[in-house]
Amino acid sequence: MITETMPANTLAVDETWEKKIREIFDRYPREESSLIMVLQDVQEEFNWLSPESLSRVATELGVSRAKVQGVATFYRAFSLIPRGRKVIKVCLGTACHVRGGQMLVDEFERRLGIKVSAGMSEDGEFSLETVNCVGACAMAPAVVIGENYYANVGPDKIKKMLEKERQS
Amino acid sequence: MTVAEIKLSSPAMLLEYTTNAIDRCLQYKLEIRVCAGPGCLAQGGCEIHAAIVEELAKRKSELLAKNLEINATLATKCTGCHGMCEAGPIVTLEPDHLFYTHVKVKDAAAIVEQTVLKNKTIESLLYKQEPRKGGGRVRRYTDIPFYALQKRIALKNVGRIDPLNLDDYLAHDGFQALVKVLTQMTPEAVVEEIERSGLRGRGGAGFPTGKKWKGALRVRKDRVWVICNGDEGDPGAFMDRAIMEGDPFSVIEGMLIGAYALGATDGYIYVRHEYPLAVKHLQHAIDTLNRVGLLGDNILGTDFSFRLKITRGGGAFVCGESSALMRSIEGKVGEPRAKYVRSVEKGLHDEPTVLNNVETWTCVPAIIRKGAEWFASMGSEGSKGTKAFSLVGKVKHTGLVEVPMGRTLREIIYDIGGGLLDDRPFKAVQTGGPSGGCLPYEQLGLPVDFDTLTRAGAMMGSGGMIVMDDRTCMVDVAKYFIKFLIGESCGKCVPCREGLRQVYDLLYKITRGEGELSDLTKIERLCHTMEVASLCALGRSAPYPVTSTMKYFKDEYLEHIEENKCRAGVCKSLIHYHINKDCTGCLVCKRQCPVEAISGEKKKLHEINQDICTTCGICMEVCNFNAVDIISGGELITQRDKAMAGAK
Repeated sequence: MITETMPANTLAVDETWEKKIREIFDRYPREESSLIMVLQDVQEEFNWLSPESLSRVATELGVSRAKVQGVATFYRAFSLIPRGRKVIKVCLGTACHVRGGQMLVDEFERRLGIKVSAGMSEDGEFSLETVNCVGACAMAPAVVIGENYYANVGPDKIKKMLEKERQS
Repeated sequence: MTVAEIKLSSPAMLLEYTTNAIDRCLQYKLEIRVCAGPGCLAQGGCEIHAAIVEELAKRKSELLAKNLEINATLATKCTGCHGMCEAGPIVTLEPDHLFYTHVKVKDAAAIVEQTVLKNKTIESLLYKQEPRKGGGRVRRYTDIPFYALQKRIALKNVGRIDPLNLDDYLAHDGFQALVKVLTQMTPEAVVEEIERSGLRGRGGAGFPTGKKWKGALRVRKDRVWVICNGDEGDPGAFMDRAIMEGDPFSVIEGMLIGAYALGATDGYIYVRHEYPLAVKHLQHAIDTLNRVGLLGDNILGTDFSFRLKITRGGGAFVCGESSALMRSIEGKVGEPRAKYVRSVEKGLHDEPTVLNNVETWTCVPAIIRKGAEWFASMGSEGSKGTKAFSLVGKVKHTGLVEVPMGRTLREIIYDIGGGLLDDRPFKAVQTGGPSGGCLPYEQLGLPVDFDTLTRAGAMMGSGGMIVMDDRTCMVDVAKYFIKFLIGESCGKCVPCREGLRQVYDLLYKITRGEGELSDLTKIERLCHTMEVASLCALGRSAPYPVTSTMKYFKDEYLEHIEENKCRAGVCKSLIHYHINKDCTGCLVCKRQCPVEAISGEKKKLHEINQDICTTCGICMEVCNFNAVDIISGGELITQRDKAMAGAK
């Protein structure tokens, strides 16, 4: 499903990748307890966790590939599919839910033509995720795009938000 | 030279420098505090701060003429959450407690020109009272009930100090408690003091902190771990986020005192994945303290050593559970374990571990400084001290509040929170996150503490308080929490993993109007099984949102089943939208409708084609003339409040 539209940020296992992933391993002791932190850094660097990265993490830390897969799928923070240049996180905490957070999810899905946690928009710009709570409950419903927080979002504001984020 | 640049090699030296820091940090003639808490940050808090700084720099000579020298007699800083997020971005000016609300970047020039240079108040930026309370402007935040009725201990420094400045923390009683325990108290005396204070865990369970520590003292082992649980997973709660971001030093001071008392040498702060700013501020604090000798080996030149690290969570709710959290620190899948062996005996790496929540740790320095009796004098019978709450949902003054335990729900929601948004009817308040419950209007007289709310079928939990009005469907809320928990159940035990799915399917049926009365009995039985047979607290408390809504709002369940009606107008399968005669034919809804279900010409009444309509609700959202109605069960459901999807 994903391979059909593999966009520009598909991971190439080349020298740059090699260099970057090595840098990450050098930050932590090579043991099991570093696993989550290493995966976090790998994801931060490459935007997702590719099968190649996961295998490499397993070898380097001396843990089984199955264990790495287990941890990577257990925690919500990890994405095992490539994500867009910017990740849109719609908060669905209780406060956001009662103030209409789901409506925003529907509207994002419609405008971007993608579903939550499933691939990215055609231009490779955006992925859509929902978050349990971003801790911005007083300004519900909240949306986080990249590092930008949007407060009191209504479905009618989404078009402008996307335009703005596309350009920055 | 600032404290952050030197090495403090004895308690006496710290005290000396504190005097120094007080001179530097508290002697300002004027201090401008810009809120950079979660809410204000989203609306440009940092940009406002930068604009003010820039404006001040531009007018340096004029300031000097008024004896205001930047960083000497005049200070500006970004602080943590000030509390009243609804009024953000907030700028306060001290020592006058002047309170500017809804500040924008373009107001920076006026603030400097008018208030700083001419000592004039900008009326339009002051907090505006509600019309029924006179509608006037209030100058100082101390005169607003929202603040006047609070008592801040855990949030004492949040919104007051610069979280990245150790000097500022020192000037506000920082590390006085640590010096006190290092110089005057034995570890046993510290544990004794905490026990006498009656402090109970603020993370939700309310286990007596002193008792936990005492348990750890009894287990003698080579290594003891101290952990701070900053995995604030309850949706609708952000107290811990505010504390970690706004006052990181106090969390660490609490942990240092705990480590001293328990003989611990190593510790972790486990911070939620979703809180990158908290990680940044805590890491900054740790680095600073390591440099000056308040963390690491031989703290303040004594024998006491404590090394502290941050672990970032992976975005799993269950990791807020202590044993799961410890597995997560070990780099494993965060599955809880049965609690017949307690963490104080075998916790992290199977070694004795004391884990407390962020807010709990923050209370520790205050208790040591002011004494157990002082702390125990506040609060109710079994719940001492104060508690921070995030007051959110359909309430007027959303934000962060801290009150002595035992205040009633009504006081918190109406006196402090100002009542419901748009004065709509109150329906329920949800407390305690997914493990908590929903309480109706009749229960608003209940005092908020650990024990009372639990008896009423909810729980105080970590402090999320979500207010719901008549436009919130209680069946939908129950379904929401169960869906949340399905995603978060670790899957280790059957009652939780399978029970949640079954309950969800039944609730889903009901919200689709396909439910039967017998479904309610099935739900009750499933809930009971989960409550008694699940392995950890997540599964055991998972049914509460369902059982409490079924207890207090059964008629809504029955309406869904028997009349195919959702009185709140929320359940999509049970409602349809209808354009009424107030329609002016402005075409806005027609243009916005994603499925082109609306027909009609300019200046003529529009109509919705029910066969195409997906009941997304955008037409109602965008209509400026209240011309879109919700119909459910053949009855007109009044207008959905416009605030539903944010302030317009």
